[in-house]
Amino acid sequence: MNKPRLYGYLAQYDSPRDILRAAEVIRDAGFRRWDCLTPFPVHGLDQAMGLKKTILPWLVLGGGVLGAAAACFLQWYVNSPHTESASLYVLSGYPLIISGKPHWSLPSNIPVIFELTILFASLASFFGAWALSCLPRLYHPLFKVARFRQVTDDKFFILLEVSDPKFDIHVSRELLISTHPAAIEEVKD
Amino acid sequence: MTATEIDNTLTDPRFRATLVTGDSASIRAITEKICHIAESPRPPRAWYIAFAIAITFLAILGTMIAYLFFTGVGVWGMNRPNMWAFDITNFVFWVGIAHAGTLISAILFLFRQKWRTGINRFAEAMTIFSVVCAGMFPGIHVGRVWFVYWLFPLPNQMGLWPNFFSPLLWDFFAVSTYATVSILFWYMGMVPDLASFRDRATTKWRFLLYGILSLGWRGSYRHWHIYEKSYLLLAALATPLVLSVHSVVSFDFAVAQVPGWHSTIFPPYFVAGAIFSGFAMVITLAVPARSLFGLKDFITMRHLDNMAKIILVMSLMVAYAYLMEFFVAYYSASPFDRFHFLNRMFGDMWWAGWIMLSCNVIVPQCLWFKWMRQNPWALMIIAVLINIGMWLERFVIIVTSLSRDFLPSSWHWYMPSYVEVLTLMGSFGLFFTLFLLFCRYLPMIAMAEVKSILPQAHDYQSRDRKGATEP
Repeated sequence: MNKPRLYGYLAQYDSPRDILRAAEVIRDAGFRRWDCLTPFPVHGLDQAMGLKKTILPWLVLGGGVLGAAAACFLQWYVNSPHTESASLYVLSGYPLIISGKPHWSLPSNIPVIFELTILFASLASFFGAWALSCLPRLYHPLFKVARFRQVTDDKFFILLEVSDPKFDIHVSRELLISTHPAAIEEVKD
Repeated sequence: MTATEIDNTLTDPRFRATLVTGDSASIRAITEKICHIAESPRPPRAWYIAFAIAITFLAILGTMIAYLFFTGVGVWGMNRPNMWAFDITNFVFWVGIAHAGTLISAILFLFRQKWRTGINRFAEAMTIFSVVCAGMFPGIHVGRVWFVYWLFPLPNQMGLWPNFFSPLLWDFFAVSTYATVSILFWYMGMVPDLASFRDRATTKWRFLLYGILSLGWRGSYRHWHIYEKSYLLLAALATPLVLSVHSVVSFDFAVAQVPGWHSTIFPPYFVAGAIFSGFAMVITLAVPARSLFGLKDFITMRHLDNMAKIILVMSLMVAYAYLMEFFVAYYSASPFDRFHFLNRMFGDMWWAGWIMLSCNVIVPQCLWFKWMRQNPWALMIIAVLINIGMWLERFVIIVTSLSRDFLPSSWHWYMPSYVEVLTLMGSFGLFFTLFLLFCRYLPMIAMAEVKSILPQAHDYQSRDRKGATEP
């Protein structure tokens, strides 16, 4: 069994205001592998942490376009006329003539196109968000820290990871203490 | 009852009380109070009584469906020309109920209506459970239930597909997309709260179950950053979706030729009716739930007052739609349409038409009075009456139209069989069973969202305004 290694320092704060100020300090010190952990989204923390915009909206746009294309293809395909060519046989559907409408009639295809656009875009938004967050991840060294359980209640935390190139076992600790945390603790992995 | 509650309905910002009232207005207390509902070893006794009643009706539903499957749709009172009756009435009714949940969770989110946080979680749950009830009816009404997959866009053995020009197939796409998106939205919002449950778990089972359900959420702001964007996008997608769903449901009728159905006003009229009935259902659930689980600090007078105002507006929109239906029937000069609307109010089923009008148009006018909006139990009675009225509205539209169509020789009376009546009651059993289980095992109020609207959550903003000078 391996000896537990230091994973990082965890500093606890008691109010959104404290963590915002602390986050600005850590950001300005140039850390990259660090995180703020909060019970609810503290607005303004994205600037205080210097986070970049997420690419999620582009994934959602992609999902929507894919959904619209899939719906167009599906409806075109099921009503596509038969073809004699053996190689194109897979592309022939079963055209129905209903109330004299043409086989490809955009107005009556719009509801399905609309619904599938929404469906695919929503799936992209949901699964994209978890994929970009690298969740589900049921194990994390933080879960071993007893006080960290309060992160989903009313406490705010900053985690500085050892793997950050700027991390120094003494200097980083001093830096965290300078932000006046309510408590500071080592996280072992 | 009302005297003891804090009146936070004033909208004047100088005197505005907080959204969360009393001693619950701290981050800590929110976690404590909401988690306590699911963590207490025993729910209140009223929960057991309600659950026993609900599960009895669920059992009745199961029996009735089994009887239907083994015997055939003849056990229902439907006939020619009344091919649709209770089944589709129930379907439209339940889909309509669902709409208020999405309105609260998505549309009010986009409008930054912070009061929605107190009620959005269980309104979304209501959406999902009513979509479950709604989805059941087209499934069981097909007659040969082993061919239920014919509803799906799949080719049959001859390579023949369902008719993509038909609103019935659009309905399949609309309702299944709606169910999927509602579940995603609901679950997405619940993950941080499930993590609260996990972190407070005292037994291994709770820890494992909520641990898996919360996906290892640890409140990382890098995650919150993406999560909030995703939630916003889901809200933006759900908003047009909810308007489309009942529009598509209304196409089922509007595209047909039957007098009383063939009308261009149907999509907006149905959407307004859906939101109207859905809000009534939210109130029907919220008033007992807030008393039973001690949530009066979260679902406050202001919430009830706001919902009552929305109901009043929706009632006026529905009244306008009724008026327009009659006017268009008169103005069209079509003898069939004119006959239909006279028949609706003065024909064999005059009572249904008049109950519908009284419950949907006259009763909600009580909500003009503030003392009515502030009396939770009076509100609940009004809400139940609205639900009855809205159910009858669909019944009137479907049955009075079908039973008196163009040719008097094809007219036929419709009378529901006991199986249909018990199936309708059983669907309420299904709905309430699911809802009571939800109240007991899942976070009933969106804790993380309620925390983020507390004044304490914004203490840094006052610092910024004062020019960031610190003592």
